[in-house]
Formats: sequence, structure tokens, C-alpha cells
Amino acid sequence: MRPYLRVLTPLLVIVMAVVLAGCGEQYIVLDPKGPIGSTQRDLIVITTVLCSIIIVPVLIMTAVIGWRYRDRKGSKAKYKPNWDHNSKLEFTWWSIPIVIIIILAAITAKYTFELEPSKAMASTEEPVVIEVTSLDWKWLFTYPEEGIATVNYIKIPEDRPIRFQLTSDITMNSFWIPQLGGQLYTMSGMAMTLYLQADEPGTYFGTGANFTGKDFAQMTFDVDAVSDEEYAAWIDEVKATDNELTDEGFEKLRQRGTSDVQLFSAFPEGLFQKVMTQFAVGGMSHHHHGVIDAPADSNDQGSHAGH
Amino acid sequence: MWDKIKDFASEFFVTGDPMILGAQVSIALAIVAIVFVLTFFKKWRWLWTEWLTTVDHKRIGVMYIICSLLMLFRGGVDALLMRMQLAAPQLEFLNADHYNAIFTTHGVIMIFFMAMPLMFGLFNIVVPLQIGARDVAFPFLNSFSFWMFFFGAMLFNVSFVIGGSPDAGWLAYPPLSGLEGSPGLGQDFYIWGIQISGMGSLATGINFIATIIKMRAPGMKLMQMPMFTWSTMASCVTIIFAFPILTVTLFLLYLDRFVGTHFFTLDGGGNPMMYINLIWMWGHPEVYIVILPAFGILSEVVSTFSKKKLFGYKSMVFALMSISIVSFFTWAHHFFTMGSGAGVNTFFAISTMVIAIPTGVKVFNWLFTMVRGRISFTTPMMWVFAFIFCFVVGGMTGVMLSVAPADFQFHNSYFLIAHFHQVLIGGVVFGYFAGLTYWWPKVFGFRLHEGLGKWAFWLWNIGFYVCFFPQYALGFMGMTRRINTYSFDMGWQPLNVVSTVGAFLMGAAFLFQVWQIAHSIRVHKMDANGDSWGDGRTLEWSIPSPVPFYNFARTPQVTGTDDWWEKKQRAEAAGKSVYDMEAAEPLEPIHMPKNSNIPFIMSTFWFFAGFGFVWEWMWMVIPSLIGVIICMIARSFSYNTDYYVPVSEVERTEAALRGTN
Repeated sequence: MRPYLRVLTPLLVIVMAVVLAGCGEQYIVLDPKGPIGSTQRDLIVITTVLCSIIIVPVLIMTAVIGWRYRDRKGSKAKYKPNWDHNSKLEFTWWSIPIVIIIILAAITAKYTFELEPSKAMASTEEPVVIEVTSLDWKWLFTYPEEGIATVNYIKIPEDRPIRFQLTSDITMNSFWIPQLGGQLYTMSGMAMTLYLQADEPGTYFGTGANFTGKDFAQMTFDVDAVSDEEYAAWIDEVKATDNELTDEGFEKLRQRGTSDVQLFSAFPEGLFQKVMTQFAVGGMSHHHHGVIDAPADSNDQGSHAGH
Repeated sequence: MWDKIKDFASEFFVTGDPMILGAQVSIALAIVAIVFVLTFFKKWRWLWTEWLTTVDHKRIGVMYIICSLLMLFRGGVDALLMRMQLAAPQLEFLNADHYNAIFTTHGVIMIFFMAMPLMFGLFNIVVPLQIGARDVAFPFLNSFSFWMFFFGAMLFNVSFVIGGSPDAGWLAYPPLSGLEGSPGLGQDFYIWGIQISGMGSLATGINFIATIIKMRAPGMKLMQMPMFTWSTMASCVTIIFAFPILTVTLFLLYLDRFVGTHFFTLDGGGNPMMYINLIWMWGHPEVYIVILPAFGILSEVVSTFSKKKLFGYKSMVFALMSISIVSFFTWAHHFFTMGSGAGVNTFFAISTMVIAIPTGVKVFNWLFTMVRGRISFTTPMMWVFAFIFCFVVGGMTGVMLSVAPADFQFHNSYFLIAHFHQVLIGGVVFGYFAGLTYWWPKVFGFRLHEGLGKWAFWLWNIGFYVCFFPQYALGFMGMTRRINTYSFDMGWQPLNVVSTVGAFLMGAAFLFQVWQIAHSIRVHKMDANGDSWGDGRTLEWSIPSPVPFYNFARTPQVTGTDDWWEKKQRAEAAGKSVYDMEAAEPLEPIHMPKNSNIPFIMSTFWFFAGFGFVWEWMWMVIPSLIGVIICMIARSFSYNTDYYVPVSEVERTEAALRGTN
């Protein structure tokens, strides 16, 4: 990040916080706890300011012009009914937006590449890999390196990049932890990469952002960022429980419905890849989707004669 | 037997929800009441000959507007139901399925069946009059367009009580909208409702381009056309390139559902992303289709009530046309977060920002039209100010959204919801309200009541900001769109309550508008000479209101922009009445199109074909499509489609209309 932005943004953040009634804690997008979220917050502030350079004068001008040229008896304002062109003026208001947009475009281009979600973060630490599978209507998180799995809950070590691998079993969702950074879609048949990092310990709100049907609203989860030691202890604790996610268990889990938080000491090898490639022609697995095989649950809107 | 009927009825009708049952009963009662009133007052023939079979662009326009206001009511009720459900955490006012159906129908109805017909209504009423034409280029096709829209809208709305509403979002992304995600009939109603009305929209686009290019009064050059006509042109050009994409996309989705193809499915090599690209290739131009005419309306209203020429005419035309082109290169900004990669995102981010330039220029031109003018604050002009304030801020949040890396935090949040409502209500709706009040006297011969209009104006405006500004904040709080409920500890409730209050204020504003219209119909002063606001500039104000069916007794000879204003100036300079000068010209017989019942009948067949497709009842589809083809053949062999209005009739009509002069 450029030095001038460093100076500018805290100031603007304060202004914005005041504008937004001061209760900054609730405005989680503006109260980021990780590097990605912070840069995005800064960008939001910068664009707000850049746009305001045009918008605020225009709003004031509109009010002033409306007042000054209102039709009333004895108005001293000029009246020139045929004044309809002035090259200098028109040149001015073509060029001001052009200049602002060029600046904004440059900033956008730079940060679009910088914040490309699949780009590895600069860090001395090795990233933690977490595989994310959106199911109807719950999140399955598998930790391939640690060998554990969770439902609707993530624990991560602070100050370490997390490489989220995203896919979906069926419908398209979007994986979003606002205080760590922006969202990315989970789509079946592909794996996308999203790097995030938490700079301080805390519990952060996570949610599905793209509509997936009936109980979409229940797809929220907590993200706990803790110290390395606590994280390692938690992994051991989960591993020590006698609660393994089996293939049958997964078949049950993927059925439509909501779920509470669940912790699994182990999960079937390559589960994420299997879900991801389930529809691939000539791929690893020719497994047909559960909903087709078991339609009992999906017919609650009345069945279709020919279907 | 009885059980069979009961089974069929429980599948056919939506059952088990008291609210929907209430709606079913009230719909049945309303139908009975309408039939009774028409029969009692012996109005069936009148309805058929004067309205259902008319090809008169003004009457078609009025029918479009009536439908769109009814749809505004239905979409508005949907909105209020949603806002009630969200007013408190963990409410059980609407269950998840019902909520999902309601936000889906709210979106579809507001865009396809409220904004589009309101726009087409204004095109129909205004464009032929502004260019000095007697009707549109293809009056028969115009009537067909209306009835296709009407029956498409009916088909969509019927799903509420018969078969079940769609509930996969207004753009119905697969896989959710595919057979697996949405096995019910709702999606099929969605597809066929939109397909049928979409054919009408495409035909309207073609019709108005032809009208504007071929039917202008002698002397009117392209660069002398009124700005609303230019905006219609820009919008229609966008329609003819965008709507075919929609038709093809929905057709492919239907094939996936109906015959089991794999265009957008997960298995068999299908790709849902393809649907999302295609639907937004139509969807983004669509929002410009509806906003461009609002820009045109503003230009007319600002110029009229500032009593001054429009500033920067050439800039305006260039801005309109460039928006219509650039709008085709921004679609991927609806899914920056789907992993297109930094290069693609950068391109679409910048192309989106570029649109802000011509849009900004238009605002400056409107402002400088007011500078050195004399602004009368009539209700249309007040709507202009409401538009500028609201749209400029909405445009700013749009630019914020276009910054791709920041959009990762805005996407799918209430920030986005607030943004697009701000440009669609603050832009499209406020702009169209300006147009509706501005041209109302042209259509009906009297103005709408100003006092009640101002009540509605303030309620709409206050309601808007109270409803949607909290939603920007909710976006920053991480509230995502389309959730039917949220938990206590999110802290979202206070702002949601405020937002709900705002929504109800807008609901009250709508009631004031209904009252305004009803009151104005009862109590009004008829227009003296057709120049209802006294400062009309363009040709539509040169003829009496309500406009005679042939529009112009004499084909106007145009010499410049704002021709009517110029004529009035010249008459004043010569010390004569402009109307006497006009009346001095000789009359000629007027060539007019004849009414036709084919569009109505053919669209009815389309309705039944669509209904049959939804239920997969081939016994209904096949005869209906045969009916459509017979209608087309019947039309090709009807030669008696036009006639001449004799001079004597024109003289009589004009004398009656100009009698007060």
C-alpha cells in the first residue's frame, strides 16, 4: 500500500465512522481484522472520497440552481431562453468525470491484480489449507493436513494465511467472512482459491452470500481465530473425539436440511476432490447426485407430471 | 371420480396457505364483480371495439400504464410483506418458501411487468405525437406487442394461485432453477411468462425504431428530434440486441427442464456459468433500457419548466447513444466474485466506470438547462429534482460497486440492494412519474391534482431514504440479500425496523397517487387548447387534448428543434394566434389503420400454449399453437386493413375540440 494512502485512510475512516453513527463495531465490513479486509476497506473509503469530489458539489449546485432560477415575480436572475450551448462548459464537464474515472480505473486495476483471491499472500508462515464445501444448507469444512472436518464452524490460527479451497456439492453459494475479506463463490465442478488471514484473535461472522433455496438463511457460521498453541490443542482435541465422518455420514450430511455445529475426528480421504469431480465426464467419479436418487425431499412444491 | 378431482385440484391450485387462499377468494370475487359491472352497464361491446381490438397507439399506451400501475401494486405488496418479515429477528410471519417466492416475484414483476410496460406506455403515448406521426409504423404489431405483454404477465401472475410461484430469484440462476433445484411448476411459469411478454417487447423495439426513422414529420431531421424520442431510440436499439439473448437463454433453460438437455446442468457437460453470462448479457443492458427513457423524460420536463432550450443537445444525444453501446460491455460486473480472474475483472470494472461519464454529463446538461431559465415547481419538475438527488447518489454507489476488489465486500449484501433500488426507484420510477404527470393532460385533457401529487411526492421521497439508506449500513454490517430471517445477536434489527417504516411510507405514497388520480377524474378543469402546461415546446402540445384519434389534423411542417415553441414565438411576433395560423392550412383526408381483433385472439392462444407448456399438457399446447398459426394466416390474407378519414369528419372533430378557442 502506498504511503499517502496510509496517511489518508485512517483519517477518512474516522470521518466515515462518525457518519455511520459511531457504533463502528457493528459495521464489520469497515472494521476488518485481516490484511485483505483492510485493503478492501481502504478501497471503499478511497472510492467514496473520489466520487464525493464530484457528487457533493453537484448536489449543492442542484439546490442552488433550483433556488436561484425559480420562477417568481421580480426575479433578478438572468433569463436567456435560447442559451443552449457553450463549448467551454461542456468540455469541462466531459473532462472532470473522465479524469476522476481514469484515476479510479488505475487504482482499480492495480488492486484487482493485487487482491486476486487466488494469489498467495506474502507471509513467512506456511498457509493453512481448509477445504470448503457448500451443501444444501450447511457448510462442510475439511482440514486435509490435520485430517479433521467440521460443519458450520471454523477455527484458524491468527497471523497465518489461510488457503480456502472452495467448491459446492450442488447449488452455487458464496463464502463470506466480512471481517477477514471479500467473498468468493463456491461452485460445483470446480475448486476456487481464496486467501484470507486474521491479524488478531477473535470470533468472526461468516455466512453464505448467494441464495441457494429454502434454508439459505441458516448457512451462517463462526470463525474463531486463536493463537498457534490453542489451534494445535484444538486439533488434538477434535482428533481425540470418537466421531469420524464416514462416506455414509457424508451421504446423510449432503441431504437437504440444516445442521448444527459438528466436529469430526476424521473424514474420508479425498472427499473434497470427489465432490468436486462428481459431475465430470470421464472424471474421477461417476457418482450421480443424491437428490436425483432420493427425490423424496425435493418434491414439496408439487410434482411435475412429466418429470 | 371425486377423489381424482380433489387430487387434481390440490395439485392445480396452490393450497395450504391462508394468505394465498385469501388472494384466491379475492381474485374470484374481483372477476365476478368485473363481469357483473360490464354486463350490467352493457359495456362488453364497448370494451371489445374501443379497447381490446384497438390499434390506436394512445389507447395501447393507456392500457400499458394501467397494467403497470396494477403490477406496481402487486410488486409493492410483495415488498411490504418482505419488509414485515425482516422487521424483527426470527419472525415467522412468512415461512422460508413463501419468502423466497415473494422476493422472486417482486423482482420479476417490478422489472418485467411494471418498469417495462410503464416505459412502453410512455413510448406509445408520446413518441408518435412528438414526431408528428398519425400512429406507429406498424399499428397491428403494436397491438400484438401489448397483448403479448398482457398475457405473459397474466401467465406469470397466475402462478401465485395456480401451480405455485417461482422461488429461485428474479434471474433464476441454475443449478437452483434447474429441475433438481426447483422441481415445481413455478420456474416454468417464470420462463413462459417472460418468454411470451418478451416477444412483445422485442416487437415494440423494432416498431419504435421503424417509427422514429420513417414516420417523422416532414422537415424534422434526426438531430432535431425531441430528446425523449432520442432516448426511445437508444432504448429500442438496446432492446433489439438484448432481448434475443434473453429469449434464447430462457429457451435453453426450458429445454434443460423439459427435454433433459444439458446446457446449464451440472452433469452431462453442462455449465451453469454459461447461463449466468448469458442472462447478464441481457440483464445489464436491460437496466439501461429502462433508465434511458427516464433521461429523455427529464430532458423534456427540465426544458419545459425552465422555459428554456435544452442545454448541450448534441452532448445529450452522444451520451444516450454511447450508454446504449457501452451497456453491452459491462455484464460481468454482476459476478466479479465468481473467479473470472484479475484481467477480466479489470476490463469489466473499467467499462462499468466509463458509463458514469456520459451519465454525469447529462446531469450537468440538465442543471445548465435550468441556469438562466425560469423554473416553475410543478409536480413533474419536483420529480426531476428528486430524480437528480437520488440518482446521483445511486450512481456514486454504483461506481463504488464497480471497483472490482471492493465489490468482493459489497456483492450480495444489502449495500447492493440499496444501490439498485436507488437507481431503479430514484432513477426509473421517479423519472417515469415525472413523465406520467407531465403527459397526463395530453392523454386525458386535464391535469392531475397538484396538492395530492405533492403529498405523494414527499411521502415517496422521505419513504425512499428512510427505507434504503439503512440498507447501505446493513450491507456494511454483513447482512446478505435474500435471507428470510436473521438471529438476534447480529444487531441488525434497529435498522431493519427503520427500513420497514420507510417501505410503508412509500406504500402510503402510492395510495396518495391512487387518490390523486381518482380525485382528478372526479374534479378537474378541462384543458383549453392542448398546450396544457402553457410552455409546451414540442409537437405534442400543438394539438388538442385529449388527442383526436388521428393525432394531427394537418401534417406538421417542422423547421427546427422545439418546433412548437418556435411557432408560438413567431406567431407572437406577428401578433397573431398560433392556432389561427395553423387552421389556415387546408385539410386533406387522413390515412388510418383499422382495428383488428387478431392480436388479442393470437395472444390468447399464446397464453394457452404457455399454460400448456408449463403443465406439459400437449393436448393444450398443440391446438393453441395451431390457433396462433391460423391467426397469422388470417392476418396475411386480410387486405382491408386501412381507411381514409374524410375531410368533413376531420373538420367536425377539430371544430368540436377547438370550440373553446
